[in-house]
Amino acid sequence: MTNTEVLLQQLIIGLSNGMIIALIALGYTMVYGIVELINFAHGDLFMLGSFLALTIVGMLGLDQVPEPALISWGFVPLLIAVPLFCGILNWGVDRLAYRPLRNAPRLAPLVSAIGVSFVFVNIGLFWGGLRMDVFNDGVAAASPKDFPWIVASGNLLGEASNIIVTWNEVFVFGITLPLMIALTLAVKFTRIGKAMRAVAQNPTAAQLMGIDVDRVIGATFLIGGALAGAASVVYSSYNHTIYFQMGFRVGMDAFTAAVLGGIGSLPGALLGGLVIGIIRAMSDQYIATEWTNVVVFAILIIVLTFRPSGLLGAPAREKV
Amino acid sequence: MLDVIRRVLVLRAGWFLLAIALVLPLVDGFLPREYQFAGLMRPIFILAILGLGLNVVTGYTGLLNLGLAAFMAIGAYSYGILTCDIYPFQLGFWTALTLTIGIGALAGIVLGLPTIRLRGDYLAIVTLGFGEMMQDSLKNLESITQGTQGINPLPSPTLFGYQFSTEIWVPWYYLLLALLAAVVLFSRNLEHSRVGRSWIAIREDEIAATCMGVNPVKVKLLAFSVGAALAAMSGALWASYLGSTGEPSNYDFQISIIALCMVIIGGMGNISGVLLGAVVMIGFNSIILVKLTTILAQKGLIDTQNVLTVPSNWKYMIFGFALILTMRFKPEGLLPSRQVQAELHEMQEDARARKKNCAK
Repeated sequence: MTNTEVLLQQLIIGLSNGMIIALIALGYTMVYGIVELINFAHGDLFMLGSFLALTIVGMLGLDQVPEPALISWGFVPLLIAVPLFCGILNWGVDRLAYRPLRNAPRLAPLVSAIGVSFVFVNIGLFWGGLRMDVFNDGVAAASPKDFPWIVASGNLLGEASNIIVTWNEVFVFGITLPLMIALTLAVKFTRIGKAMRAVAQNPTAAQLMGIDVDRVIGATFLIGGALAGAASVVYSSYNHTIYFQMGFRVGMDAFTAAVLGGIGSLPGALLGGLVIGIIRAMSDQYIATEWTNVVVFAILIIVLTFRPSGLLGAPAREKV
Repeated sequence: MLDVIRRVLVLRAGWFLLAIALVLPLVDGFLPREYQFAGLMRPIFILAILGLGLNVVTGYTGLLNLGLAAFMAIGAYSYGILTCDIYPFQLGFWTALTLTIGIGALAGIVLGLPTIRLRGDYLAIVTLGFGEMMQDSLKNLESITQGTQGINPLPSPTLFGYQFSTEIWVPWYYLLLALLAAVVLFSRNLEHSRVGRSWIAIREDEIAATCMGVNPVKVKLLAFSVGAALAAMSGALWASYLGSTGEPSNYDFQISIIALCMVIIGGMGNISGVLLGAVVMIGFNSIILVKLTTILAQKGLIDTQNVLTVPSNWKYMIFGFALILTMRFKPEGLLPSRQVQAELHEMQEDARARKKNCAK
């Protein structure tokens, strides 16, 4: 493999993972834009989504069939059930844990979100102990689980090529890109999207205009959760390993992406996600895998410290 | 009558806890062996110092620091490097402890200088990121920190020529208790000093405090530094108690969260509250769960093949619900400081009044 080929290969991996990170980052950025809450449990919601995906894969027996020629038909039920589950779960958590704290000091919902995150992690641990084939019959619940290939792994550029592009990468872009476009259009043109923007700008004024603020916030959690669910299906089928503590790691990547792009900004989340994805891939290749997380956190700290509004965000003035 | 007991508990909780702690080793000897727990109290004393450190930052000053474990790690590793015989320093316990506290304070300033101006939730994330970076860096810088092995063996402390040993726990118990008492005293004096009052003023209303001549950056930085110093102290004590720094992942996010739980569940900004929080949280984590596991194992109720039957697997769930329920129903904690309680209730009343007006 020549140097250029290595670079190109890492770029492809980075962009694919970046798209997934961006999809999760959208959930952070939307919720933060509207209620100014860092939804700490978002990454762990994503983790629960991937566990549900693996459970469905086991129930449908997709791990028994040989690798499909293109894409297994099983991804259809996955892409319906998992986002639905994550969306409703996120909505329910908001209803029960965050909504009663809307008038509380700002740190109260954040602490509550940390609590929810811990509960989710624990559910993930128990979920890993499920007595199913895909979960290794519940033995060693805490250890990482293999996620079977539900997309063909053959190289689209031909067997002779050093650079590998599979249907997997196509699948990642084919799912994430339309979702992002749909979200952008929905926020721009639909009634609920307009209401979301209004609440994000000024909740009191929005309420005075007859917008049901709680409903809008609920819808935001629902949509953000559903996106995390879709991301978890794509992530698991792309990376093939899931474990109950991955929500923290992936969630921090996504949050860093959201902050880097400018929290509250939808295009910012996409840009931030791609940048973080590429930086991770490059750091894995050219620095060392064990330093990658340090690199990402260093970026997070540097951005927050010197440009807290991110790359695309408008500089926010502190309201008095 | 109940009211009197309640008031004594709230106002004199510190003395009450101290009295119990002093006689505990004597009483403990009469319990049957598998129920003895006083030796297990030592982590409570060490981590209570960590909680008091967080109390300065979060409780008094209102800054959420989610990376306290990093400063604890700095303390543990500084202490390890200063005392262990594979390094050139090989200092004694007391010199190393003093230096470690200084290093912790310095580290707090170094992290605080660029970040202290950030808004509350951003600061929380930056400190969290710092904690994770510290853990990974300690793991990766093997040539300095021995990587995942940790630095060991560390020498036991000496006091007036008496050599502590790992086998006899009673002297350790009183040493740690005395150090905790010193930190409590320090914290209490600090709270009522000029600095402490400006911390609380910043927490209550930063703009008003600034108008009154409090320099917010300087005051917050000082809080950050004191918090970091106390965290480093608890790290050094932890390392000397274990005789090893342990592996870097011992100082992970979970430690920061346990400290946060102590402060929040116990009562933000109130020393007795934090001590009670430490007893509840660490007592649950390292006494009740440990004892429950032994007892259940003796009765043959633990099936290692089934995650649900191992008590420690429920830990995250219980911590999580504790945080959620506290925020929902008693955000001021079990033993709140009077100011925090008054403030929170004012806020609730405001919200209720607003709702009523809307209904009209």
